Amino acid sequence: MAGEQSDGDPWRSAGRRLRRRAAQPAGTAPPGPFRPGFWRSPIRSPWLTAVFGLVLLLGITVLFVTGLLSYAAYNPGLGAVNDQTPDKGILGFYLFTWPTHPSWLYRLNQGVHVTLGVVLVPVVLAKLWSVIPKLFEWPPARSPAHAVERLSLLLLVGGVVFEFATGILNIQLHYIFPGSFYTLHFYGAWVFIAGFVVHVVLRLARMWRALRSRRLGEVLRTDTAHTRAEPSDEAGPVAASPRAATMSRRGALALTGAGSLALLVVTAGQSIGGVWRRTALLAPHGQSLASGPNGFQVNKTAASVGITADDIGPAWRLRLHGPAGTLTFTREQLLAMPQDAAALPIACVEGWSTDDQHWSGLRLAALAALAGLPHPGSVLVESVERGGSFSTVLLAGNQISNPLSLLALHVNGADLSPDHGYPARVIVPANPGVNNTKWVRDLTFRA
Amino acid sequence: MTVSNRLRAWYGAHPLHLLLMACCFALAGYAAVQLLTGRPLQVALWFIGGALLHDLVLVPLYSGADLAAQAALARHQHGSEAATPTDPTAAALPTTGFVNHVRVPVFLSLLLLLVWFPLILRRSEPYTGATGFSQDVYLGRWLLITAGVFAASALLLGARLLRRHRRTHPRHPHHRRPHHRRRPRR
Repeated sequence: MAGEQSDGDPWRSAGRRLRRRAAQPAGTAPPGPFRPGFWRSPIRSPWLTAVFGLVLLLGITVLFVTGLLSYAAYNPGLGAVNDQTPDKGILGFYLFTWPTHPSWLYRLNQGVHVTLGVVLVPVVLAKLWSVIPKLFEWPPARSPAHAVERLSLLLLVGGVVFEFATGILNIQLHYIFPGSFYTLHFYGAWVFIAGFVVHVVLRLARMWRALRSRRLGEVLRTDTAHTRAEPSDEAGPVAASPRAATMSRRGALALTGAGSLALLVVTAGQSIGGVWRRTALLAPHGQSLASGPNGFQVNKTAASVGITADDIGPAWRLRLHGPAGTLTFTREQLLAMPQDAAALPIACVEGWSTDDQHWSGLRLAALAALAGLPHPGSVLVESVERGGSFSTVLLAGNQISNPLSLLALHVNGADLSPDHGYPARVIVPANPGVNNTKWVRDLTFRA
Repeated sequence: MTVSNRLRAWYGAHPLHLLLMACCFALAGYAAVQLLTGRPLQVALWFIGGALLHDLVLVPLYSGADLAAQAALARHQHGSEAATPTDPTAAALPTTGFVNHVRVPVFLSLLLLLVWFPLILRRSEPYTGATGFSQDVYLGRWLLITAGVFAASALLLGARLLRRHRRTHPRHPHHRRPHHRRRPRR
């Protein structure tokens, strides 16, 4: 080619400049963390990084999938009232009608999503610690490829901390993040996953090589006194002038694992329930309200969303809308109708859930038939609650027709308490807790 | 030189790398447009701040504290060695033996605080109203867990020191076989 040898080719000369800079000895790096001798831990090694990387590869994949499923569980495709991120565009490509079987599906999905997220915190920290010398690489960019790759790491590292922080703050109701949790956590996840996927594609082979470079058993048999730095390699985070080890690699793995275990122990009980709830010492819903039929956990008490005694007093009426017109019922009239029962959990997007509670009331399918629409496509459920993102919700046809789906009037043999939705609430198998509307006033069945 | 080779020479990686990166930034950009609607500056600050939080804030804090603790332990050890050379606890363990008995409980305690600080420090305003639960229980629980892990670490250290002491000062040497020694652990 004509321009092959020409220095006038701006592309080639720019690349050459970058490489010339890259070829300069690291001695010209600014002092401090940019110098190779600064980072001295002897246990930083491609193998250790690869172990943390493998755990995160598996764990974050589960987090992403359960997160996508959690969004699908809201049935955002049914209508605007169900969709917290209506401008998602193509990012909702995978949505499907959320099933009602098995009834613990959402409970499991959310328990795994939140508990696993909490448990992975020390692994994320350990992974970041193990590669920190790479942040201070000198020169900062060896080539255009290296520069864009480092920019993609901003998506990866910024994204992982952003997602963990918004999730962990949200489950503690500490709303200091700048905007709606749903918007930030959903779009943030897609920004993050873009960085995550390229990182996996570019590093999978290196991770595999590093994992195979040592036997796990050999690392687990090596104590601190026998721990040595690995031979320096160009790609890895190996210290140039390591100090003597104060912790073995097996110690670093054990420390990270102990951190995960400690978080698991003080958290998981709020999702597992039963006697395990007592172990959830630091989890937001490890406590119980009281003993008795209405003692299980609530997401929002009646007082916190402004439900007054008048709203749910004797003047309360249920209104059914459908082809048969509008039918109005007092609570006594509803109680006089044949009652059905279902044992179902409350499972919150925040990860906590209750054991199965014994609900009784009227089947949604029976109410649909009363309204003159035996096989409705959806029902709009409206609460007495004024305002609030979840005071109105749409349920899908499969959720109405499931015989376990109730407009509940009783729980565990007693009247619902005001906090659990007295006079009447929706309970649907595998439904996210916020879509099991409390203090129901209107049901509008649609074809 | 082919176009692809020239691109490779300038770019510094296979053209597939460039395509992958373009794909990555296009998807991230598509989501970021929505992420940044509303309060773009604050969201960007949270995102970029997140990328730097560990490396530029947490690492200097915990590495600094760790180096300081190691230096203090080493000083203490040399001091006690000089004062009471026969003290069995001095020099029975190298500094590294002590430092992990401090590191592990500190790490576990601070990790729990890092994750659950809004509840432990009673920062979550809507919590009590929304859930009906008291937020006051968490600080006490965290402090008790912290006391528990430090106590466990101290007990373990005590047991290790006792074992070393017994090994170096056998009480009834006659009852022991002449060259009996527990093999040092690898």
